Amino acid sequence: MSFLHKGYLTGPIIGALWALVMSVTLGVAVSFASGEAARPALWGALVLGAITGLVSVWRGNRWLTDGVAVVVALALMGTGLGALQFGGGFAMASRVALTIVLAGIVAIPLGTILKGLPFGVANRHEFEEAVIRFLTGFGYLFFTAIVIIPFYVMVMTSMKSQQELMLNPLDFTIDLGKGWHLFDSYYELFEKFHFGRYMWTSFYVSVLTVLLTLLFSVPGAYAVARLRFRGQKVFSRGILLIYMVPMIVLALPIYIAYSMVGLRNSILGIVLIYPVTTIPVALYMLQGYFRGLPVEVEEAGLMDGLSRLKVIWKITLPLALPALASVGLYVFMIAWNEFLLAFMLLDDPSKFTLTRGIASLNSSEIPRQHLMAGAVIATVPIMAIFLGLERFMTRGLTAGAVKG
Amino acid sequence: MTEISPPKGRGALARREARLAWGLLLPTITIVALVVIIPLLAIFWISVKPVKLGDLRPAETRLRVSLRDRGDVPQLEYRVTNPSRTAELYGAGFTDTLPEGVTLTGELPQGCALSGQTMTCDFGTLAPGYNERFRIDAQIAGDPKAAEQAVRDGAPVVRGAADNVLTNSTFTLENFRKLFDSGEFWSVFGVTVFYTVFGTLGALVVGLFAAMLLNKSFKGQGILRGLYLFPYVAPVIAVAFTWITLFDPFSGSANALLVQMGVSQGAINFFGQKPLALIMVTLFEVWRYFPLSFLFILARMQSIDTDMYEAADMDGASPFQKFWYLSLPQLLGILSVLFLLRFIWTFNKFDDIFLLTGGNAGTRTLTVNVYEQAFAVSNIGAGAAVAVVVFGCLLIFSAFFFRMISREEGL
Repeated sequence: MSFLHKGYLTGPIIGALWALVMSVTLGVAVSFASGEAARPALWGALVLGAITGLVSVWRGNRWLTDGVAVVVALALMGTGLGALQFGGGFAMASRVALTIVLAGIVAIPLGTILKGLPFGVANRHEFEEAVIRFLTGFGYLFFTAIVIIPFYVMVMTSMKSQQELMLNPLDFTIDLGKGWHLFDSYYELFEKFHFGRYMWTSFYVSVLTVLLTLLFSVPGAYAVARLRFRGQKVFSRGILLIYMVPMIVLALPIYIAYSMVGLRNSILGIVLIYPVTTIPVALYMLQGYFRGLPVEVEEAGLMDGLSRLKVIWKITLPLALPALASVGLYVFMIAWNEFLLAFMLLDDPSKFTLTRGIASLNSSEIPRQHLMAGAVIATVPIMAIFLGLERFMTRGLTAGAVKG
Repeated sequence: MTEISPPKGRGALARREARLAWGLLLPTITIVALVVIIPLLAIFWISVKPVKLGDLRPAETRLRVSLRDRGDVPQLEYRVTNPSRTAELYGAGFTDTLPEGVTLTGELPQGCALSGQTMTCDFGTLAPGYNERFRIDAQIAGDPKAAEQAVRDGAPVVRGAADNVLTNSTFTLENFRKLFDSGEFWSVFGVTVFYTVFGTLGALVVGLFAAMLLNKSFKGQGILRGLYLFPYVAPVIAVAFTWITLFDPFSGSANALLVQMGVSQGAINFFGQKPLALIMVTLFEVWRYFPLSFLFILARMQSIDTDMYEAADMDGASPFQKFWYLSLPQLLGILSVLFLLRFIWTFNKFDDIFLLTGGNAGTRTLTVNVYEQAFAVSNIGAGAAVAVVVFGCLLIFSAFFFRMISREEGL
């Protein structure tokens, strides 16, 4: 790779790649924002970027780089080779404006990316730092796009009508002029499809799951983490092993057993089964946390005459409160998002959980925007909780959530 | 003279501690055993049984009672049927109490006896498809309509049921034989391996990239970190349907965009074409689970000693060298543990593929096959056989995993 360690080679290459990324980004953004076609052109972008990159390493003067980029971009557009090709819906003025914007977002970041890269032979540091700056810029853009676009589509689709969706799928705008009618799908879901009830069911099932899980896993985790007994090692391993058993393998016998006992189609059945799927996770996370607590505090308690159970109640649990919050949140998330068991065990619409309710919207008779509105209804509460308590949640996730 | 020596064996305190430990563990063990161990055993049991979905409720004797005027005499009719076409019913019969005012005058059918108003019949074994009407002349005192209603409302006790396939002693290896004989199994297995390997590696590499981006403090780092976790935190059903909407061949934005940009000529059916659907499903897996690996890798990165990097700077190491010779070896432990755990979990994944494609268009993995066999084909036994295969693979993987984890402690 060392033949690349020359500013006059590295500069144009990085420049061309960056211009490609930018023209795709701007093209996609403009298409979605206007509903009209704006399509990035490979060669136009490469030429624009290469020239801009070359000028940037040659002089290192920002004004010069920006100016050259604007001139090149407009010239390319004039010859019909522009980095951004426009459909018929764009006026001349907006074409020029967008081309200048493109030149700007190519040239200005390039000035930063290629800073310190000499025109001639570059050493390893200068070369690699330029590459890393390019990758960083690309990375932020890439990750933000792949996360935001699907979630935006979810919200946007739920606020449109079937005709609007079919008419122009490119159009990502939300027509704010409709006012409250934007939320028609939501209104209908709550009025006709009983989503209020599903939400309540999901909520109390999740809360009960959290309580039952903690009730069972706290003593178990404490015993495995702190007390010495034969088979302690086997237990720590066993917990992890159970944590890996696929749900679908268990779901089949559970389905059979529930059919025979008559627990299918009952909330009781769901509340009985959810905690069991989360107890291994909770045990695993909590035992790790209990191990990290100082033994001395507990021993002091024992010396002062507290019994073991009192020590757990008065010393360990208060110390472990943040961990309990993390585990509780994580379990809540699992229970709220759970789909497989609810789907298999619940058939009666009056007992659906939220995820099961959304699954029932997936039919050709029910319009797409209702399905998306249901998805938003399920996502918003868990996101709100997540953003509000991100610190706990992140810790909970890293503590033991390799499961998904 | 007694020799002074350290105490031997387990003392009273140690024993008390062990007792307490077992006491604390008992509820948890019981419940986990109930819902994990027993179903696992049940799966092995069912996999060698010829069970269909319909066999979950074994056939029972069916009885209909009516009182009607036939010709000029009112007749009481018992209609006894065996609804099953294949199974015999054993010990079939019933006990019925006639309402007041109805007296039987006709001849009682064979096997029946009347004492007072109580009618008891026993037919022994009923052949498959058995369907017989027994009519007995009767006399009605009082309002005939009321008597008819009373007969219809009566609650006779019915006896007799078929053998339950789940508990009897018929065993078969048919389920496994069919599973391995059909060419389908190996293609399903291949799909599973592709999905698992590329899904896991993809999520790991993308997660590593994201972690490196966020491994420096700047304004808004917390917000970005929260944002990048969204795909993992959102309910799978919500994001899966969003992907389906986004990539819909008719009204999906992705298709419209590709056509406008001239990348493709017509609409692409992303989740309905043979090789593409599998790639899309794998991409979804990467998209949904990169946050998890990113979170773990980031946590490990932030705990690496900065002294090392300072020393490397003094020695003139370039950024790539620092990454290759310092960061990567430090991250190797967490990467391998993550890889194995995620590998197992991707292998076990069901919901994602089930929601995205339903296992169609060449995306049927082993776990989806469990569902497909058990519920779509209604062959519970075959589904259980696939589940046994899945569980077997899991045991092999976890043997690897525990070897690994004993080397890399922590996590």
